[in-house]
Amino acid sequence: MAKPVGIAGSSEALEAKRPGDVESSAPKPAKGNVLTWADDRLGLAAIGKSNLRKVFPDHWSFLLGEIALYSFIVLLLTGVFLTIWFKPSMAETEYHGAYQLLRGLPMSEAFASTLTLSFDIRGGLLVRQVHHWAAMLFVAAAFVHMLRIFFTGAFRKPREINWLIGVGLMSLTMIEGFAGYSLPDDLLSGTGLRFVDGLVRSIPVIGTWAEFFVFGGEFPGTLIIPRLYMVHILLVPGILLGLISAHLALVVYHKHTQYPGPGRTEHNVVGYPLFPVYMAKAGGFFFVVFGITVLMGAFMTINPVWKFGPYNPSQVTAGSQPDWYMGWVEGAIRIVPNWEWHLGATTWSWNIFLPGVGLMGLLFTGLGVWPFVEQWITGDKSEHHLLDRPRNAATRTALGVAGMTWYAMFWIAGGNDIIATKFHVSLNAVTYVMRVAVFVAPVIAYIIAKRTALSLQRSDHARVLHGSETGIIHRSPDGSYSEAHAPITTDEAFTLTQHKQLPLALEDEGLDVNGIPTGQSVSKLRSRLSHWFMGDDIAKPTPEEIEEAHHHAGHALTEGHDDGHGAVDDADELSEITSR
Amino acid sequence: MSGHDQIERVGVAPTPEFPIPDPGLEEHNPRWSDVDPAAGRRAYAQVVGMLAAVPILAITFVVIYFAVPRDMYVKLGPLHANAQHVGLGLTGGLGVLLIGLACIHWAKQIMGDEESIDYRHPARSSDADRAAVAAEFRKGVEQSGLSRRGLIGASLAGALGIVAVPAVVLLADMGVWPTKGKRAVTIETTIWAEGVRIVNDVDFKPIKAADMEIGQLVNGEPKSLKEFEGSLQATERAKAAIIVVRMDPQSIKIPDSRKDWQVSGILCYSKICTHVGCPISLWEQQTHHLLCPCHQSTFDLGESGIVVFGPAARSLPQLPITVDKDGYLVARQGFTVPVGPSYFERDSRHDFQKGDN
Repeated sequence: MAKPVGIAGSSEALEAKRPGDVESSAPKPAKGNVLTWADDRLGLAAIGKSNLRKVFPDHWSFLLGEIALYSFIVLLLTGVFLTIWFKPSMAETEYHGAYQLLRGLPMSEAFASTLTLSFDIRGGLLVRQVHHWAAMLFVAAAFVHMLRIFFTGAFRKPREINWLIGVGLMSLTMIEGFAGYSLPDDLLSGTGLRFVDGLVRSIPVIGTWAEFFVFGGEFPGTLIIPRLYMVHILLVPGILLGLISAHLALVVYHKHTQYPGPGRTEHNVVGYPLFPVYMAKAGGFFFVVFGITVLMGAFMTINPVWKFGPYNPSQVTAGSQPDWYMGWVEGAIRIVPNWEWHLGATTWSWNIFLPGVGLMGLLFTGLGVWPFVEQWITGDKSEHHLLDRPRNAATRTALGVAGMTWYAMFWIAGGNDIIATKFHVSLNAVTYVMRVAVFVAPVIAYIIAKRTALSLQRSDHARVLHGSETGIIHRSPDGSYSEAHAPITTDEAFTLTQHKQLPLALEDEGLDVNGIPTGQSVSKLRSRLSHWFMGDDIAKPTPEEIEEAHHHAGHALTEGHDDGHGAVDDADELSEITSR
Repeated sequence: MSGHDQIERVGVAPTPEFPIPDPGLEEHNPRWSDVDPAAGRRAYAQVVGMLAAVPILAITFVVIYFAVPRDMYVKLGPLHANAQHVGLGLTGGLGVLLIGLACIHWAKQIMGDEESIDYRHPARSSDADRAAVAAEFRKGVEQSGLSRRGLIGASLAGALGIVAVPAVVLLADMGVWPTKGKRAVTIETTIWAEGVRIVNDVDFKPIKAADMEIGQLVNGEPKSLKEFEGSLQATERAKAAIIVVRMDPQSIKIPDSRKDWQVSGILCYSKICTHVGCPISLWEQQTHHLLCPCHQSTFDLGESGIVVFGPAARSLPQLPITVDKDGYLVARQGFTVPVGPSYFERDSRHDFQKGDN
């Protein structure tokens, strides 16, 4: 029997019609409203009981994934409108639409219908631009969301599978974006397709076959746009929808991670309830994202295909650029040396395959295995629901920054011609510099980020022991100077000291004194990695150190004398100064 | 309040794991809109005001859709745009945005903001559940008869596995099979042949050798391209595009093997980059370098099209040309090597390399 939902009051009129329908001792179910009707059939109350008031923690960085989700919904909505008009056909036609400069030109149905959509359909250009901007935002938000997950360690147990789903979403998103970018069959997207043709061809052994299978024969053929259309509006969005649903279902099941703070533990989640607060906040945020993408579509031109003209395989514009998220692959393709093997009657195009296929494989494989590698290094098999403050995982943070730098260097290299022309430098010099930078810059970034994180750890340590700097300089009678420190709140002190510091893995052959295996061997490699990963961390203050520091401070407070400790000051005088 | 006092207030002893014991949730601070009735009323009015603007914007949207002519333009500073496009976007975007802002404002200023706590459960099932499922699973296996008649399982797995083969084979016709013979008539050949006239790729006029000036570059196509329709033409165009350049014969190197591939300094090269196939188009007249705008591979047209910079690995294929009886440029023969990007089965030993003669 359905459970009572108890939202609407009972109606006497209805009750009179169904006497004795309910046991008199049980609470009377609400009657005669839609919720009761639905609950009788779906059992919603049981789901609602555990989820309606589900608590979600609040933090701006948790909005990043939401932006991606909402942009995806905007993409679905605007995409449906676009399919009403777009013709995914490479059949040749002559354009006779409203845009005068291209009238009478032969072009594909795909390009002609894109022009019609942009110039003849009321609101068509708006929806097209909203779709493109939402796509840019979707990929960007997903990237930044992933960085947030990485830097805060939210991928740790039990969320490794959700991280893998996220990596899958990321790679599919790039395919989805690229397929959409290629559909209008304008000069720029056709050039992009030509590049994909070369990329597919470069795969050793099976390249030519893959090319002929993807394009249905020789480039460009007539099949690639209908096929990409299917991929873009059915296949990939379908998989994306499924993966996004799983992604969110796991968030609900695991409950959201939270940043450390007073009252936040590994066993609770502190925040606001789904109903009504998050329904209003998150629902409202959807409309904010939607509204902003519409305003972007209204005021910011994106992908003006009418300026590029129809695709012509013998033409190209200078400064051809893919959409931003493919820029790093483009950059790698540009700066790689021209390595090609000519073995017998075969050609191995490493100059295309390595940066194109290999680099993407490297990034996504690296991302996919990282949670497992880190777990192996730290030996930490426990569940984590409190996020790391990035500084407390200095090596991971440094690795992440190195990875971002690596990506950024390739991305910059993707615009080497733009840099050369805008800054009036030699294109060749830019290319040579970037060849070095992709290796050197991440190392420098790693070192800087790691030292910064460790410095922040030290600063936290000092802050817990000595309080915060007041900026008030005190001169003692003997002429020495010291800065007054004000104590920090317990809330803050707890936040700065709650993080877990794992023991380092010491090399252990796993044999006890009698040479019998203990089953707890630690290889030399793991031990070294453990030291690399956690060995430099600043030990957080012990209770004794805190007691000592507080005693010290308290001593100074009550006695009011200067014992020569630079970090402690006369509190009476401090309050006097601050009260003026 | 100093940290010292609060620790004593909580009364939990510090441990090495938590040198500062958890002080518990911070106290709730009432918002301005909670304590000041005027602020509360203001927040209320703001939310309702934002929502009340939405119908006005929606109606304006509809009016703009029907009333504003398609060819009307607005000029506002740097903005020069179609009036209907901007009007629809502005009213629609603002309307949607205001719904969102109103809801968020409502949640932040009016809804109760007391934090609440949920308790987590471990992601794993309890041992009892695991044991129960294992027992149920064993029962099911027993019921299925698989434990005694195991061949059913093995043969089912085999049957399911093998049906993947027909499914995959269904895709075998996705494209033409690029066998040796097929490659020879597709990616390894172009429509260039002996006597085919070179025409300008825009107006399709033939090019007279005497009309070419030193330093000039013309984008060319074979005259026979016009015989192809639609996509076939695109396919042929994608391979047959060429560049015709005239350089001072004294300033370039012409190998002995290619002495008769040119007409008094007029040379012809494939326009399709040997890297990933972009049409190469940036011509440096003084250096005779040709730069691909896609990935900046640079070829020296004054030295048989060898690569001087960038990711391309092979020289640009050169088209042997001559003049016909009327003085127009024609192909002496087709390309001697396949044009365009590399592929696995390509025999790249016959391309021109620096030092060849």
